[in-house]
Amino acid sequence: MELSDKELKVAALENGTVIDHIPSEQLFKVVSLLHLDRIDKNITIGNNLCSKKIGKKGIIKIADTYFKEDELNKIAILAPNAKINIIKNYAVISKQTVSLPDELRDIIRCANPKCITNNEPMPTVFDVIDKEHIVVKCRYCEQAIAKEEIKLK
Amino acid sequence: MRRNESLVSITDYSKEEILEVLETAKLFEKNPNRRVLDGKVIATLFFEPSTRTRLSFETAVNRLGGRIIGFSDASTTSSTKGETLKDTIIMVSNYVDLIIMRHYLDGAARYASEVSPKPIINAGDGSNQHPSQTMLDLYSIYKTQGTLENLNITMVGDLKYGRTVHSLLMAMSHFHPTFHFVAPDELKMPEEYKIYCDKLGIAYTEHHDFTEEIINQADILYMTRVQRERFTDLMEYEKVKNIYTLRNAMLENSKPNLRILHPLPRVNEIAYDVDNNPKAYYFEQAKNGLYARQAIICKVLGIKIND
Repeated sequence: MELSDKELKVAALENGTVIDHIPSEQLFKVVSLLHLDRIDKNITIGNNLCSKKIGKKGIIKIADTYFKEDELNKIAILAPNAKINIIKNYAVISKQTVSLPDELRDIIRCANPKCITNNEPMPTVFDVIDKEHIVVKCRYCEQAIAKEEIKLK
Repeated sequence: MRRNESLVSITDYSKEEILEVLETAKLFEKNPNRRVLDGKVIATLFFEPSTRTRLSFETAVNRLGGRIIGFSDASTTSSTKGETLKDTIIMVSNYVDLIIMRHYLDGAARYASEVSPKPIINAGDGSNQHPSQTMLDLYSIYKTQGTLENLNITMVGDLKYGRTVHSLLMAMSHFHPTFHFVAPDELKMPEEYKIYCDKLGIAYTEHHDFTEEIINQADILYMTRVQRERFTDLMEYEKVKNIYTLRNAMLENSKPNLRILHPLPRVNEIAYDVDNNPKAYYFEQAKNGLYARQAIICKVLGIKIND
């Protein structure tokens, strides 16, 4: 990474995954959701970059790593407009959007302190009841949680 | 497909299954003493005390000839030593044919039904579900009206926190009801249940005042307790506490088939002068709990009652 002509240059990715259009405030949550701290490949993270679409955005480039579709779809809870570029041999070979799965298994925490999932060592399960507005419902205590209240496990 | 035949929420049952249980309850009302549980052991695990529900379930098992093990207070069990619910349930399921449980945490019964190889009947999980109460409410409506179809159901009082009204609303949604919700602003029917009605095309009207005009068109008046501790503003409580009290004089021009239900215990939302009115049904309603619970136990264990 070097600065020249007032512009930040990031080495182009030869092979790997680029996750773009992440809202800035969600960037580090996406990092933890994908467990990027456990990956030993080159990772470039940019944040608070200007975006015409969403104001300030974040971007993550992960070298030599490809994710399973359902893993990437988890990002939709945090960044429903994220764009995924798959890079092979310096070329974008596929552009994808993320879409919320019907069920979120052990990803988020129930907001209800009296829910059994917050009192027993057990995985959480949420059914996505409104994909557009991102509303999920705990399969155990049956309470709905809106987007703003969603907390990762 | 459910993993076993547990009853955790009234929404676990289809319209046909609800009607099947109500028909069985009718047979138990004719004859509650049938030894169909001979040789079976049933656990009643009450992690939270509830005298009324426990006695009703235990009477149901006894009249069916089954034996009971269990506890009525979790402080005498190993959950105080830090044992998980999962371990307790798996351990007990080794001994019994059916587990009837009440727990103070929301969702405990659903989780138990997932880890238990034996069926679970939810006798109340925190503020979440209490399906046997809903079934006895349905049975009371069915018995007094002769049908569940096309009824005017008027719910009064705490419609926000009252789990019985939410479950009753969902169960009645199979039967083309018209709902009237009478509640103070602080205790209004939550948005999600109104959306639920909208989606299914069920008519409902919200009211702030509890008037004779509303009472006079009702087939069922479902009263609930307005609890002081639900109010953030005690002035507001003082203002509304007497508005939602039903008095005998208010029933003068009500329909002949009107029946007044209440999940009990009541405090001051039904005046004592209503008790002698033949339209007061809350004590019989509690008695119906026995037959409804006998029918649920048989349904969960796959026992058919034919006459």
